[in-house]
Amino acid sequence: MKRVLVIDDEPLARMVVLEYLQDFKDQLEVLQECGDGFEGLKAIQLHNPDLIFLDVQMPKINGFEMLELVENAPSVIFTTAFDEYAIKAFETHAVDYLLKPFTKDRFNKAVEKFLSQAPATQPVKQTENLLAAASQSPAQHERIVVKTGTKVKIIPVNDVEYLEADDDYVSVHTAEGSFLKNKTMSFFEQTLDPSQFVRVHRSYILKVQNITRIDPYEKDAHIAILKSGAKIPVSKTGYVKLKQVLGI
Amino acid sequence: MANLSNTFSKVRIAFISGGIVWGLLITYLVHSFEFAWYVAFFDGSICTVLLGAACWLINNNLRYYQPGKDSYINLLFWCLALTAAATFGARWLLPFVVNNTAYTNFLIKSITIRFFTNFLAIGWMALISMIWYSQLDQKENEKRKVEAEKLARDAELYNLRQQLQPHFLFNSLNSINALIGFKPDEARKMIHQLSDFLRGTLKKDDQQQVTLTDELSHLQLYLDIEKVRFGHRLKTEISCDDKCETAILPPMILQPIVENAIKFGLYDTTESVTVSIRSEIEDGYLTITIQNPYDPKTARPRKGTGFGLSGVQRRLYLLFARTDLVETYADDNIFTTIIKIPQL
Repeated sequence: MKRVLVIDDEPLARMVVLEYLQDFKDQLEVLQECGDGFEGLKAIQLHNPDLIFLDVQMPKINGFEMLELVENAPSVIFTTAFDEYAIKAFETHAVDYLLKPFTKDRFNKAVEKFLSQAPATQPVKQTENLLAAASQSPAQHERIVVKTGTKVKIIPVNDVEYLEADDDYVSVHTAEGSFLKNKTMSFFEQTLDPSQFVRVHRSYILKVQNITRIDPYEKDAHIAILKSGAKIPVSKTGYVKLKQVLGI
Repeated sequence: MANLSNTFSKVRIAFISGGIVWGLLITYLVHSFEFAWYVAFFDGSICTVLLGAACWLINNNLRYYQPGKDSYINLLFWCLALTAAATFGARWLLPFVVNNTAYTNFLIKSITIRFFTNFLAIGWMALISMIWYSQLDQKENEKRKVEAEKLARDAELYNLRQQLQPHFLFNSLNSINALIGFKPDEARKMIHQLSDFLRGTLKKDDQQQVTLTDELSHLQLYLDIEKVRFGHRLKTEISCDDKCETAILPPMILQPIVENAIKFGLYDTTESVTVSIRSEIEDGYLTITIQNPYDPKTARPRKGTGFGLSGVQRRLYLLFARTDLVETYADDNIFTTIIKIPQL
């Protein structure tokens, strides 16, 4: 028996999925329905399901942002109305995706695809790839969603002062403190606006607007002093990039 | 632009070198009547400078004023007047510089031929200038036309996309799909609401103003559909004075604003959401206030949907030539949009 969650903010949309799932009563057990990403996140942590049906556009945090916060991501079948960027991501990496409104046949096909998946398939890896592909969508670059304890914090990209590598995580520094995000430095280097954020060091990306001063430091290296007083090391190549962005 | 000023400086060089050649020719011609070189040179340079000034004047005149078909005769008079000024100016000036009776006689005798040569030169200048500037004008006009057409095309495309609203449409169809199974009556009702709404969006002509009652009843269809989709989470409050009912406004002007309000209300908070629409008439303006809750901390930068608002602003600008008809305020978790429609 595989365990399933249905996450969608529209009650009628959840109802369709539940109705269609009746045919798979013997193989799939619906644990819970969730009306937004927060509920979904809690439920995933609580139940550790095998499969989730997930809508993309939801209140507060969207489906992708919710998935980013999940540690051991389950297999995902997306249900969405229209999103050209997301569809590209689904095609390559989701178990399947259903475009609303979808037929029963189409739904059955998606579920059968999940059921017939080799047990060796690693949903975690698959979901990571999916998120990497979904990050191409411009909507994903406007904010960073992090978890602090049991709470979810949404950081608009504008509030970010600088990013610092921290083992397998990236520490996002803001005026309100710093938060850990399970992404790589190169992910942020690629997705953040390169005219605003510069990777000045192997372990640091900073927001150009926040610099108040750049001082020389030892040979070839520099130190950038931010408005908040933070001192960020700037490597030789980082300094070249920084000069390019600042136009000096 | 650099190209254009480049051509202008080329024209100037051509004009000056033409003048020099002209002056040298007159000098040679006068010298061939057995006057001293210096006398011939004075004659040549003074005549040429005066002629050049006349040509410059007519050219400048035509740059800013293109005569219509009926006023070519005016241009002829202009040319004659300028020719007379240049010719008799030289006739009056030269005797001061060259004190020589034989030369003065020669000057008086040659005045007719001088007049006609000058007239030909000035007429030719006028003709060239007219063609040159009307061609420039035409180029400018064509550019403007192309730009206007492009703008119109963009607006049309945007309108089409707005009308289709794929997200809204597909999600509504999905809700109907759900209702068919266990509440067929409601499904049927929603299909009717959806088709009424779509028909309403398609038949709207931008030039025709509609009454507030019509606009609000169309909006009500939209809100009813959204309420089915989002269930108890969405509430609406619509208040409208009796006086406002007959007020007029451009069709579909409220739609993008209410769409915005719902989107931000529903996607910025997880609680239930009340969108309120109030209208009143004051000092010849229909004022409509739309409010929705939002979360200032997590709201996405209003990039995507700002387009909807700026579209409304643009439309009102095109219709009323004013930019102060849309205002937005954000305070205490409430986002307020106010639009004013002048009542003519």
